[in-house]
Amino acid sequence: MDVSEGVNTQVSSRAPKVSIRGLSKIFGEGPGATVALQNIDLDIGEHTFITLVGASGCGKSTLLRIVAGLEYHSAGEVIANDKAVTGPGADRAMVFQQYSLFPWLTVMENIRFSRKLAANRGEFTSAEVEAASGRADTLLNLMGLRAAADAFPNQLSGGMQQRVAIARALMPRPQILLMDEPFGALDAQTREVMHDLIQYVFHLEKSTIVFVTHDVEEAIYLGQRVVVMAPRPGRIDSIYDVPLPAQRFQDMKLSPGFIGLKREIVERIRETSGMKTDLELLEKLCGQLKT
Amino acid sequence: MATPGNARPGFWSVRGPMSQRSYWVFAAIGLLAPLIAWWALAASGYVSKVFMPGPGQVLTRALAWFRSDNLTGDALISIYRVTAGWALSAVFALPIGLMIGTFRPVQALLEPLTDFIRYMPAVAFIPLVMLWIGIDESSKIAIIFIGTFFQMILMVAEDVRRVPAAQVEAAQTMGANRRELMELVLLQSAKPALLDTMRITMGWAWTYLVVAELVAANSGLGYSILKAQRFLHTDKIFGGIIIIGLIGLITDQLFRLAHRKAFPWMYRKA
Repeated sequence: MDVSEGVNTQVSSRAPKVSIRGLSKIFGEGPGATVALQNIDLDIGEHTFITLVGASGCGKSTLLRIVAGLEYHSAGEVIANDKAVTGPGADRAMVFQQYSLFPWLTVMENIRFSRKLAANRGEFTSAEVEAASGRADTLLNLMGLRAAADAFPNQLSGGMQQRVAIARALMPRPQILLMDEPFGALDAQTREVMHDLIQYVFHLEKSTIVFVTHDVEEAIYLGQRVVVMAPRPGRIDSIYDVPLPAQRFQDMKLSPGFIGLKREIVERIRETSGMKTDLELLEKLCGQLKT
Repeated sequence: MATPGNARPGFWSVRGPMSQRSYWVFAAIGLLAPLIAWWALAASGYVSKVFMPGPGQVLTRALAWFRSDNLTGDALISIYRVTAGWALSAVFALPIGLMIGTFRPVQALLEPLTDFIRYMPAVAFIPLVMLWIGIDESSKIAIIFIGTFFQMILMVAEDVRRVPAAQVEAAQTMGANRRELMELVLLQSAKPALLDTMRITMGWAWTYLVVAELVAANSGLGYSILKAQRFLHTDKIFGGIIIIGLIGLITDQLFRLAHRKAFPWMYRKA
């Protein structure tokens, strides 16, 4: 459990898949402008699973969206797949918290959407179309969606919908998978199942996954490294190595190492978020109640 | 008797449940009660027949209109005018609204202008329309167009803007370009809302019919109502209004049916 205070930002020894240098993001202009991200440096190695946690307003989602190319940055540079990020692209798939599925398409049509785009442009030979349909089948099975292939998204539970969203994102074989609180709207039991599923996907597809969450337990359970961000201005506060084997099991959440790390990160987030003052206030109030 | 379960919330609980049967009973009461009240008021002789003809009298007049005064012709020409004015609006409002809802510069360019024009009273355009277009069919269609077009633009733009950002962004991260985003995401996603907008604006188009048939018409439901006014044929006025209402109701139901047929995915739930 090494705590590297913003110094060692290299998250893998291999060549970085995503490289962020001196990144800043300012929302708005003039006196109303706020610094969402300030001077972010971060390298994410190939086939690594990193999670971003932090109090609300720390810019974790903004950072992810900048890597996705959905948000532009004010200064610095972002390199993904050896190319400077200038906009969204199929090499960086994104899974959103909710409402991202196309409700007018069936599950299968949703999954095949990226292929349809390519096919419409005439970028496909018939053999490739054939291969793509095999890929869609594989993903359908992998995500346990076989029986729901012809259903429409609003006929599915929240958990099933997120499985479709993940399958759809994986369809074009993206090298980088960006996930913005993908399980935030799911109940606790479904979330556990999804955790194991995404672990499996990570090992099977050898993807590089950047996963944003506000749930520290989720961040530790999934991540090889946990990047803790702090607000006002949004910045990387610290990076924690997760001392767990590559294969994770639900039992590990109860191990002393896991709990210790969780305590440390939760404490760190509290310290950086300004919630400390709320806690002090609470303690004061409790003290008054006792007297 | 079986032991009662928890008390089912009553009719008047906020957003409470209601059985299909009770719903139809209440709907029937809502429709029949005014009819009965109308009939009773007319039959009481309390109000002069000139002011308030009874349902029977109105029906007789409507039948006479149908048999010897070409009600069908009046209805058809009015349906034609309304539909033509409305369709012309749709042909232009759909692409313009899509552009406004998609591109901020187009929004800035056209939305304040449209907002300004839509407050102008369509009736006041009649002299101008007669001057510019003349007094033939196209002038009636033009009035209905003016009445619906600007509202329709704004509603279409709003429908397109309401497409969830996550849908657009998901498509972007799958490599969709601008045209694909408009064709395969924004338009597809907004379609059900657009059909609803078309249904609602069709209703508005009908409300402009009487105004449109002020312009040198010699046929049509609105024209017949206006003419009946001159001869104080209140029963015919009642008949004309009710017929317009019925045509509107039928059109509305057809649109709803089309909605159900066109977007089955909206009506299928887990």
